[in-house]
Amino acid sequence: MSVIEISCLEVWRELSNYVDDDVAPELRARMEAHFKSCAHCKAVLEGTKNVVKLVADGIEYELPSGFSDRLYRKIKDK
Amino acid sequence: MGSPAAYSDASQAELLRRACEGDKEAFYSLVRPCERAVYVAAMSIMNNAADAEEVAQEAVLKALAHLAGFRAEAKFSTWLIQITINEARSRLRKDRRHLYESIDEPRADEEGDYTPKDFADWREIPSEVLKRDELRNALKRALATLPLKYREVLILRDIQNLSIEETAEILGISQGNVKTRLLRARLQMRDALAPGIDGSWGSGKPEYKKVRPW
Repeated sequence: MSVIEISCLEVWRELSNYVDDDVAPELRARMEAHFKSCAHCKAVLEGTKNVVKLVADGIEYELPSGFSDRLYRKIKDK
Repeated sequence: MGSPAAYSDASQAELLRRACEGDKEAFYSLVRPCERAVYVAAMSIMNNAADAEEVAQEAVLKALAHLAGFRAEAKFSTWLIQITINEARSRLRKDRRHLYESIDEPRADEEGDYTPKDFADWREIPSEVLKRDELRNALKRALATLPLKYREVLILRDIQNLSIEETAEILGISQGNVKTRLLRARLQMRDALAPGIDGSWGSGKPEYKKVRPW
């Protein structure tokens, strides 16, 4: 079964959706075929997947210590 | 603390009812599970802990003042995060700190495609190689280079793990716009994290073609 080719530009447009598993099956198939033959797009895909993982794991915004108490106090004082 | 706890509808409704009658404990019970989400949303815009905390407090107090206007069928955390983001943006506007940063989005999302950079040594930046706080700092620095509207979406989607639908609701934009902004945010983060941009990951020296039609 031959899969209709798509351009790198189209791949980049759908890249984020692809990473989120949010593309229609035929588009998915075309993109996968494209990744097999296009090193640049494959690298961009891997990089983007890395970014999503790094951002999810690596940016820890801890609540400043005492945050809850100060907030509670503000509510009570209102 | 993880993401806001999912109250059963009855529980949220009951707390809401009591909060509307002036029960501040009940109100705080509604707020508490959302604290981290509110703080993170504020941080995504203010970029420093002190301002983020002030914004968070202001937002919570505004929610308290406008509790009567909250539709009980909606999700409290979504509403509170929305108030937080609006409060943060309005504070930025007042401070005029980001004079040249576009805070308002009157126009529809832009045309034009983003061309991702081509560099071969992305594989030199696995998260295991960097020390934990090096990584955290590098990520925060990279995040700060993103335009506000991309930063917001990245925070809500990839850090807070809110759905596309919820993100769209909070930001007052279409789901299509959320996806487009998320794409750009992720690609720009990738560029910003590229080795050699600040030299701190000491890898090779790829020559970057500056092809950025955005």
